[in-house]
Amino acid sequence: MVNVNGKSDATSLIRARNLEKIYTRGEEEIHCLSGLNLDVEKGEFIAFMGPSGSGKTTLLNLLGGLDKPTKGSIVVNDIEITSLSENMLAQWRAKNVGFVFQMYNLLPVLTAYQNVEIPLLLTSLNKKERDEHITAALELTNIIDRKDYYPSQLSGGQQQRVSIARAIVSNPLFLLCDEPTGDLDRKSGDEVMTLLKNLSKQLNMTVLMVTHDPKTAEAADTILHLEKGVLIEGKVLK
Amino acid sequence: MKFLFFLKANIKRKKIRTFLTLGSYFAAFLLFGLLAAIKSAFHQGVDVAGANRLIVSNKTSIIMPLPLSYKEKIAEIHGVKNVTFASWFGGYYKDPKNFFAQLAVDSETYFDVYKEFKVDKNQFLDFMKDRQGCVIGKKTAEKYGFKIGDRIPIIASIWGGVWEFNLRAIYTGTKEEDDLTQFLFHASYLEERRPWGKGMVGWYIVETNNPDLAYSVSKEIDRKFSNSSYETKSDTEKAFALGFVKQIGNIELIILSIGAIVFTTLLLVTSNTMEMSLRERTGEIAVLKTIGFSDKLLYFLTVSESLFYSLLGGLLGIFTAKLFTLKGDPTGGFLPAFYISSSQIALGVLLIIVFGFFSGALPAYRVYKLKIVDALGRI
Repeated sequence: MVNVNGKSDATSLIRARNLEKIYTRGEEEIHCLSGLNLDVEKGEFIAFMGPSGSGKTTLLNLLGGLDKPTKGSIVVNDIEITSLSENMLAQWRAKNVGFVFQMYNLLPVLTAYQNVEIPLLLTSLNKKERDEHITAALELTNIIDRKDYYPSQLSGGQQQRVSIARAIVSNPLFLLCDEPTGDLDRKSGDEVMTLLKNLSKQLNMTVLMVTHDPKTAEAADTILHLEKGVLIEGKVLK
Repeated sequence: MKFLFFLKANIKRKKIRTFLTLGSYFAAFLLFGLLAAIKSAFHQGVDVAGANRLIVSNKTSIIMPLPLSYKEKIAEIHGVKNVTFASWFGGYYKDPKNFFAQLAVDSETYFDVYKEFKVDKNQFLDFMKDRQGCVIGKKTAEKYGFKIGDRIPIIASIWGGVWEFNLRAIYTGTKEEDDLTQFLFHASYLEERRPWGKGMVGWYIVETNNPDLAYSVSKEIDRKFSNSSYETKSDTEKAFALGFVKQIGNIELIILSIGAIVFTTLLLVTSNTMEMSLRERTGEIAVLKTIGFSDKLLYFLTVSESLFYSLLGGLLGIFTAKLFTLKGDPTGGFLPAFYISSSQIALGVLLIIVFGFFSGALPAYRVYKLKIVDALGRI
């Protein structure tokens, strides 16, 4: 069960302790996170909410190994990622994290199929094995019929499905979703959230999502609020 | 290999830019190839110069003659293996623009000294038997379609009138840079027909027993004829050829300098294009890093892309230049040895790789240093 008081046992999939992140802008110091604690169990679907500038995205960056905290530690599946080198972090991200962005961030010159193939290029899978994984991911996200389309030929919702397929194709430990419906209309947004929810249940996949939309957040099992750089106990929905 | 589709996709991203980038490399290395050929042409005499050959000319100027009687006196000098001579004829075939060097040579000894010129034995015997016979280099023969047995009229600018020759032999070379454009005929025929200048020759070519003797023999020749009416100036063939290059050196310098500036500019523009192309892809590169592509892998992919452009465009440029030079001298005689040597091609390929690498290296370094959070604007 998700915990934000730093007193959970050591079996959690993700353990963040006393996270601090300070940015300097000129001579000014901006405290984004101030002693944040978080424990996440495998298979949980958590939504982070909070006002603009509360540090939601910064937290996601730290949990995904895209940035390092000023203080504190993050342990994922018994690996302390905060002590890994940049190169090791890249390898760790490739194996363990799937990213879903607000703007989909597909490579425009590649087809849907090729976009989904990208993470698998970093594995030792051969062409046939990669094809099996890609097909499975595209089928799971219900976009297999558009596999040869380029992003410019797809709607926003379809692009986000491809983006989710890319995120899950290498079977990561957890998904990080940054405003996954932020650029979609309500209908497409609902479809994407249903998809993420189903994936979380079917694959027992841990999903950490940042959103400012309460309705989107309702798809999660738990909603946590970030205020003044710390997480406060939120609403348990399921 | 599995990353090849990335490369293909990026090449197809903006076809016009890809075309222009390849075009820049193509133009730059076509220019390189042509400049290399021009340089070869200017230095042809230097490159083929024999280390044990001396050129003995009149001390006043190469255009001033020397007495024929010097031949025996030079041959007596210790260390001299062979002596031959040649005289500039100065004519043209049908039209003044049909220029190639015509030399009246001591036919009995000339090919003993210039061993790199190969002549068929039977053809040479025919040449020796015919007073009006001539031997022509393969390139000139091919250029004007001369065949053995042809009667070739040469209009003599210096001596006047039309002199007729019979083509008895065609010589070839042993190296690519050998001058295969010369028209050689018997000095005795010149001696017989010319109205003045009898008993004189243009210059002597002296072969020493070994290259180490070149210096002492040249000193001895000049000493022997000092204070005579026809003092000599002896140089190794290489120094003599370099002296010629020096005389036209400014032209060569100007041509090569302009070419080098254009070449470098084209490459800088290409490098800038690479940089712009990658700048546009900053977001995509950040996404790839997010997914787990390491800094090193992205550096490698960026440099590979740059190398692809340079190799395809550059090799095509050099290949085209080589094809162009295979047609021979484009100036109608001013650059008889217009060719690209294999060492120049190797240098070109090396430059293609170096420029391809460095064009990509700076943008790739920026990719290498790119911070994901900065690029995605996620702070």
